Amino acid sequence: MDELMRVLGNASFQQKLLQQTLIHITLSGAAVLLALLVAVPAGIFLTRRQRLAEPVMTAVGLLQTIPSVALLAFMIPLVGIGTTPALLALFLYALLPILRNTYIGIRDVDPAAKEAGRGMGMTSWQMLRMVELPLAFRVIMSGIRVSTVLIIGWATLAAFVGGGGLGDTIMTGFAMVSTGHILAGGIPVTVMALLADFVLGRLEKVVTPRGIRV
Amino acid sequence: MVRFEHVSKVYAGGQKAVDDLSLDIARGEFVCFIGPSGCGKTTTMKMINRLHEPTSGKITVNGKDIMQMDAVELRRSIGYVIQQIGLFPHMTIAQNVELVPRLLGWDAARRQQRINELMPMVGLDPAIYRNRYPKELSGGQQQRVGVIRALAAEPDLILMDEPFGALDPITRETLQDELKRLQAKLKKTIIFVTHDMDEALKLADRIVVMKEGRAHQVATPEELLRNPKDEFVAQFIGRDRLTDSPGTLLVREIMTKRLVTVDPQHGIAEAVVTMRQRHVNSVLVTDEQDHLLGIVTAKEIEEVKRGTVADVMRTEIPTVLPDAPAREAIGRMYLDGLDHLPVVDEQKVLVGLITRSSVAEVLSRSAWQDGGAA
Repeated sequence: MDELMRVLGNASFQQKLLQQTLIHITLSGAAVLLALLVAVPAGIFLTRRQRLAEPVMTAVGLLQTIPSVALLAFMIPLVGIGTTPALLALFLYALLPILRNTYIGIRDVDPAAKEAGRGMGMTSWQMLRMVELPLAFRVIMSGIRVSTVLIIGWATLAAFVGGGGLGDTIMTGFAMVSTGHILAGGIPVTVMALLADFVLGRLEKVVTPRGIRV
Repeated sequence: MVRFEHVSKVYAGGQKAVDDLSLDIARGEFVCFIGPSGCGKTTTMKMINRLHEPTSGKITVNGKDIMQMDAVELRRSIGYVIQQIGLFPHMTIAQNVELVPRLLGWDAARRQQRINELMPMVGLDPAIYRNRYPKELSGGQQQRVGVIRALAAEPDLILMDEPFGALDPITRETLQDELKRLQAKLKKTIIFVTHDMDEALKLADRIVVMKEGRAHQVATPEELLRNPKDEFVAQFIGRDRLTDSPGTLLVREIMTKRLVTVDPQHGIAEAVVTMRQRHVNSVLVTDEQDHLLGIVTAKEIEEVKRGTVADVMRTEIPTVLPDAPAREAIGRMYLDGLDHLPVVDEQKVLVGLITRSSVAEVLSRSAWQDGGAA
């Protein structure tokens, strides 16, 4: 604890930490946002092509099993070092929970609601917008939450490929065998992950219509 | 209104769901499709709004071939009610009801007005229920909303797929009554799928009994009860025939065939023994060809202790024909204070007997049915 205080006492370190936190947030946020833009439409598409769903889900699942450091190392020959490989790797990790939850959430919408909608003359697009997405919202949202928490943690590894973020301070801690640095980098990551989970949880509650709140 | 011309539906696996069905449904008619599960009744109905498409043949609605129409437009012009109710849980009652009008682009004011018209029709006060969500309503209330949702855009034709099948018996009866009342007022063409013969008999103008994808018998409820085409239909009607209201029953359907008869040459003592053995207080007197000659009751035997049955029997007795309406026979028994009413055919041959207890049995069975036995 004393060591942590000593490290934090340095004004220029405070400045650096703040900057790294901002980079960390930007990196994680961008990765999740990109994953969202790709995985939600892809998940919807898979509910329309159910035969593709299993193979695609398995492929994306395989990505997730690649050790993160290895994945980052793969990135370097492909896209060099810096923010790009970090963002790309994080994006790939963020995909699966969102993709899977979008697919399952929409697939498992009450068939009675779908049949009623179709029988009443909704187009496929209206069905998606008025019935499927609202009813699958909570499941999709929980996929986004899982992804976000996961990515905030994994974003520390971006430092390995020069992507920046709080991982830099943690690595400095490793190099200098300084518990203070490790804690100064690690604690904000944990706090951010918990905070993101809480905020997204609140958002989910507020946006869910009263009729399907539990 | 709806016409099927040699319509068949074969599923991908080669299973024939509907087999060469031809049928005309008139405007304003209430038609029930009934049959065991897998008989094709639901498939037939769902072909009308193209949730299933026929493999061959032609279906026209209002003279237009539905396969030439836009499926979405077609569906919006047809009301649809399903067994699982299928209200959208994330929408309020008002939003559910106005859904098809919204799809059709009605303006908000017109939709509001329609909601205020429709909800009271099924006893739901808009002021109270408009902003509730489906899960805050009982099953019966939910399906009432399901019904007015189907009526919202004023379709001429409404399809109902076992709409009351998931409700408890008492709620089901109430909703059937309400639907009948609505139908009398709105004169919609309704195509109603059910597996419950009581329901079909109660609601339908015409019943289509389906078997193995074919329209096995098409008849009014009355005709169906009187002349079931074969054993299949008769069995399907089964117990329901007896439990129907006495209004449509025939004498032959409520009479007992367990008759206690004696020969006119028998002595009185013998008649008394017969009565005691069979626990009855009267016996019918018939000749060898079963012609009804008269009746002997315990009261008459007490007065005259000697002689033959022929000496004491009453010969002037009211009788009834087996094909007379049961209602008439029951009315006579109660008006004239009769305990028995023998049933004889045109040749005066005794075929049965209506007693107070046989009437009570029929009435109690139908009362039991009304009370909601499963």
